[in-house]
Amino acid sequence: MKTTLITTTIDARGMPCPGPLMSLIGAIRQGQIGDVIDVLSSDEGSKTDIPAWVAKAGHELLETVPEDGYARFVVRKAR
Amino acid sequence: MPARVVVLGGGVGGTLVANLLDKRLGRDVSVTVVDPTGMHDYQPGYLYLALGEASGHWLSRDERTLLRGDVELAIEEAVRIHPDAHTVQLARGGSLEWDYLVIATGARLVYDEIPGLAEGAYGFYSLADAERLRGALRTFTGGKIVIGIAGIPYKCPPAPVEFAMLLEEHLRKEGLRERSEVVLASPLNRAFTIESASKLIQPIMQERGIRLETFFNVESVDPSAGTVSSLEGDKLEYDLLVLVPPHRGQRVVSDSSLGDAGGWLPTSRTTLNVREYETIFALGDATDLPISKSGSTAHFEAPVIASRIASKIRGTAPAQNYGGRVMCFLETGNGKATVLRFDYEHPPVPPQPNRGWHMAKWIFNRAYWEIVPQGRLPDRAPGTMPMEV
Repeated sequence: MKTTLITTTIDARGMPCPGPLMSLIGAIRQGQIGDVIDVLSSDEGSKTDIPAWVAKAGHELLETVPEDGYARFVVRKAR
Repeated sequence: MPARVVVLGGGVGGTLVANLLDKRLGRDVSVTVVDPTGMHDYQPGYLYLALGEASGHWLSRDERTLLRGDVELAIEEAVRIHPDAHTVQLARGGSLEWDYLVIATGARLVYDEIPGLAEGAYGFYSLADAERLRGALRTFTGGKIVIGIAGIPYKCPPAPVEFAMLLEEHLRKEGLRERSEVVLASPLNRAFTIESASKLIQPIMQERGIRLETFFNVESVDPSAGTVSSLEGDKLEYDLLVLVPPHRGQRVVSDSSLGDAGGWLPTSRTTLNVREYETIFALGDATDLPISKSGSTAHFEAPVIASRIASKIRGTAPAQNYGGRVMCFLETGNGKATVLRFDYEHPPVPPQPNRGWHMAKWIFNRAYWEIVPQGRLPDRAPGTMPMEV
């Protein structure tokens, strides 16, 4: 994983769909432009839902990292 | 001396736990329900009230009439819970001591979190809001109706979809359909939280001409311009706006430092204990459980809590766990409905909408007052469904 300064980490592992996405949306609502949010999700649906929402909402998906039993989504609040 | 149980909240969950404990333990328990209003609303009925299909009278009863004779009712607001001292402080002074505490305080609607929502939007998530919306629909002569959701989690996830379907039917009956547009703005990329149900519902919405606007998380309302804006940067014009307001846990939970950031109680998925406290339980909308906030959830959780408290009082091993069971009807209009039955491990596989499930929902709506709060449905093994009709 590249070195990125993470502002907030959301551990949504074990949370069913759409919990991880909604947790990310909540963090974006409350965050500042430039914040980097790291979402940990074991829900398969997140692999499509999170990138689709980030693109629609005009934020940046910096990377998606497969981990053991879950994935990390690193998102920058762009606006 | 009987064990003292205090139940905060006289909704479906609190009332049912109180009655089940009294029924099961008799003189071995003293149960007090604390509720700020002393009135019990059948919240699933708000939807019908808004559409002029039910009266407020049908939806509200005095809580006292729903509790067994030996259960005390204190019409008081609880303001602070002291978990270590085993007391609850009341707004008007004084406090109650408990051996077991059940928190069934439900959710709070926080209109002011969305600028313009209180002034610009109607709703059907409280009796007063549903009555106001009914008034607005009576004078509606056509135009664009936008239905949206201003935050997740919210109670009864299918309700906005049901409202859209029933509203579309209502407009047809009133001869206003051709002059009207119905838009459902969902925070997700589907009609609502449950994927299998969304797949069933979306083609029906399309057939009825209900437009689905996806990834629309309401950020603000501009009542003077008649627009609602989303976090995603989109804007919709409306003539009539119906929003589900943001929900939070009750203040007593946050003020007692028991809740998470949203005021929801960290609750065990299986035992329904709050945090590390073995004598505090939570159910219904008040919990942080990753499951629908609905009366049905509280209905399935209540017997588990009653059983676990009874086991502790009697000194026997607790036998029941909550498995995440929920069952909801979903009205699709035109006299049909489907049903969603699921638990933590099994997502719902809803049947095609039919008249039978619509009838079942209506029978349940009518029978609620006589069977649910009193626990008159038969006891059952964990995992079976008391609400199935």
